[in-house]
Amino acid sequence: MQPIGITSIGVHIPYYYMQRNTIAAAWGARGLKGCRSVANVDEDAVTMAVEAIRDAGADALGGGIQALYFASTTAPYAEKSHAAIVATACNLPETVFTTDIASSLKAGTGALRMALDAAIARPGTNTVVVAADCRDAAPKSPQEQLFGDAAAAVTIGDENPIAVIDHMSGNTREIVDVWRNAGERNINTAEPRFVTDCGYKSAMQAAVASFLKETRTSAPDYTRLVISTSDLREYLAVSKKLGFSPEQVQDPLMLEIGCSGTAQVFVALAAALETATPGDRILVANYGNGADVFSLTVTDAICRCPRRSRMRDLLASRRELAEYGRLLSFRGTIEPAAGEPFRLTISTAMTWRDQGTYLGLEGSVCEECGTAAFPVNRVCHSCGAKDKFTVSPRSHMEPEIFTYSVDRLAGRSDDPVVVQTVAEDKSGCRYYLNMTDFNPEEIFVGKKLNFTLRKIHNLGNFVNYYWKFRPLRKAEEKTNEG
Amino acid sequence: MKDKVAIVGMGCSKFGERWDMGLSDLIIEAAYEGYADAGIEPGQIDAVFYSNGTTGALAATPVADALKLKNIPILRNENYCCSGHIALIEACMAVASGAYKTVLAIGAEKLKDTGFAGLGAGRGISTVMEARRTAPGSFALIGTRYFEENGISYDEGKRLLANIAVKNHANGMLSPKAHFHKEITVEDVLKAPIIATPLGLFDCCGNSDGAACAIITSAENARSFRDDPIWIKGFGISMDAGLPHMRPGFGWTSFDALKVSSGKAYEMAGIKNPREEIDVAEVHDCFTVTEMLIYEDFGFSARGRARDDIDSGFFERTGGLPVNVDGGLKCFGHPVGASGIRMTYEIYKQLQGRTDNPERQLKGAARGLSHTFGGPPQLSAVLIAGNEKG
Repeated sequence: MQPIGITSIGVHIPYYYMQRNTIAAAWGARGLKGCRSVANVDEDAVTMAVEAIRDAGADALGGGIQALYFASTTAPYAEKSHAAIVATACNLPETVFTTDIASSLKAGTGALRMALDAAIARPGTNTVVVAADCRDAAPKSPQEQLFGDAAAAVTIGDENPIAVIDHMSGNTREIVDVWRNAGERNINTAEPRFVTDCGYKSAMQAAVASFLKETRTSAPDYTRLVISTSDLREYLAVSKKLGFSPEQVQDPLMLEIGCSGTAQVFVALAAALETATPGDRILVANYGNGADVFSLTVTDAICRCPRRSRMRDLLASRRELAEYGRLLSFRGTIEPAAGEPFRLTISTAMTWRDQGTYLGLEGSVCEECGTAAFPVNRVCHSCGAKDKFTVSPRSHMEPEIFTYSVDRLAGRSDDPVVVQTVAEDKSGCRYYLNMTDFNPEEIFVGKKLNFTLRKIHNLGNFVNYYWKFRPLRKAEEKTNEG
Repeated sequence: MKDKVAIVGMGCSKFGERWDMGLSDLIIEAAYEGYADAGIEPGQIDAVFYSNGTTGALAATPVADALKLKNIPILRNENYCCSGHIALIEACMAVASGAYKTVLAIGAEKLKDTGFAGLGAGRGISTVMEARRTAPGSFALIGTRYFEENGISYDEGKRLLANIAVKNHANGMLSPKAHFHKEITVEDVLKAPIIATPLGLFDCCGNSDGAACAIITSAENARSFRDDPIWIKGFGISMDAGLPHMRPGFGWTSFDALKVSSGKAYEMAGIKNPREEIDVAEVHDCFTVTEMLIYEDFGFSARGRARDDIDSGFFERTGGLPVNVDGGLKCFGHPVGASGIRMTYEIYKQLQGRTDNPERQLKGAARGLSHTFGGPPQLSAVLIAGNEKG
């Protein structure tokens, strides 16, 4: 059997971040060190998952993907598949097996375990595991500062893995430490010392110790330890207890991103792999009512991975959200004033019928004259040919701005600036979308854009997703030049 | 169609925020002025063509109910901002066909009952694709691209457009029935809040309540109503295919609908050089940038040279081709379904020499053009009228 491992990895770090001091200042309190990432008002676990999969390049694999596991504790629906939305937005074939894994902070590493087992049971199975979270904590609580929003995706399979998964094990420890009841927005926490000592520390130390015993390895055998954490320090104490030196411990980016729930260890793993060299051994440990532990050996394929120093560039190309009120409004904690009245009505039938357009960003290419158009033109705009077209997903294109307007009428009070954007890709296909994740000072005709799936509104009491443009971030410009 | 039908009476309500007037009040105000102007009894009307955009699925019942017109066809159209022109053109064709002798075209809109200042966000059919599309946000796209292609900086472009707003505000001061009476300067325009770049508050027209009507009859009957009927010389309507935003290859500095609709109207009216042969024009200045684009697409200015004519004052009341003499949509206001008929009302009065303020009256105007441009934009309608037959 071919060795099974991680064949690609991608992350999504939201465009906005907030200084912890900004949050604290709103309450007249002392802030913790660093900042946290903040999902934009149009992001949720689903949209961030799509971004992460696109960053991993897994959407481009299409038919090469047999399964997609979506893991999150903060997915928008209590009942309805999110994996189906993500798979459709990534243009994966409908034969793909999808499932949603929820509720536990181990959902992501649990999904990885299932993907690994699937690849062992059915050689040749390639699975996308995606983990995304936007967790909420009560205003003024320490967790409000410590949480951060992010997503990460890994593909698991046996085709040239960049890191082979050598072993995986773990434990299950029932404890009411951090929880959120159905219908609640914010997490509950038990007494902090209890949470740390009887939950996180105890389970992690036991799981890693047992893993080292099973594999007859010890801390010095590993180049890196990637370990989840919910605060700024405890992970260092646990690592030290397990025999790892501070140099071995991967920075979990708590000062830049914060605790991103199910996504956290994968984001940190992505950062670890950016600096890894062939032969490096990485140990990953993740907590959530027990711990999951797995080890990796980095292969030669890492040298062909285009992700060098990407995390640093992604973090550097963010924008500060300086207004705490907007954070509360983004999360839905407070309700903004309504904008201009909305003139359109909703239909679940239309949303279903047009999912190729709304989620798949499918256009058409005329078989008679080659005109590329979005959405699908049944009658060709240029030559009039009827129903002679090839359906063409467009979300991989990087169109350039043809014309735009910074519209201050169309938005809502917490997101008042809408950039109406007309852009054209190199095949001549035109798109009209709004822009997101932008600095209005940095928009010009000819600017290169990326597509990003976002929440548009909740009309009909369900989430209406569609694509927006966003300017390429520094890290992406680099990759694309390469 | 040239000279086959004539307008023999017109009416126009006061435009503005008519909080104390309902749709039926506006219809009555315009219609009874029109009846009186034509010297006609309501019973002499054979058919009505009604234009209205915002009242939803009501057919033309507001007109029948307000005016107590019984047992005649009363047909409504909704064609964005062109609705008023299309009611007029339908009325002309109905009379020319011989089916009806004398007809009423009437447009009315009660925008201030919507509860919002603007027309709203989210236009089109798809709930998500156009969820944040607004009128200023769409027309503004013309400005950004026009500046880019003509090497005009943002600040220069803002100043250029400001001149159009200043002109229309000066004209509106002389229109008693206009929504706005406020003299402004270029600096006022530049300092105003941005709505959608490059358009600021004074680059955008008013959202108003109002109604306007026309009574149209055949050439044979016209002089039985009055000595100075206004003759229909030509018209053109053009609808382009597809939301311009997504139309492959679309340039954003010129619209086929504008060129084709004006071209058809010129051809019907026998006009070769519109810059010279049109004496007065009311064009669709929903935004200043729209008026600038129309100068070029209508052949009033050379391509890319509208700025020369703006700078020289060519379109001012005292210029070579006065445009929007009554203040335009900008100041007279824009109750969508009424606007095309209101613009034609100004042309009608100018050609008769009977405007309601002598200061606004042009000397010797014989041929005038009115025009509306509707939708994302996608649809254009033009009407040309003259005060002499032949």
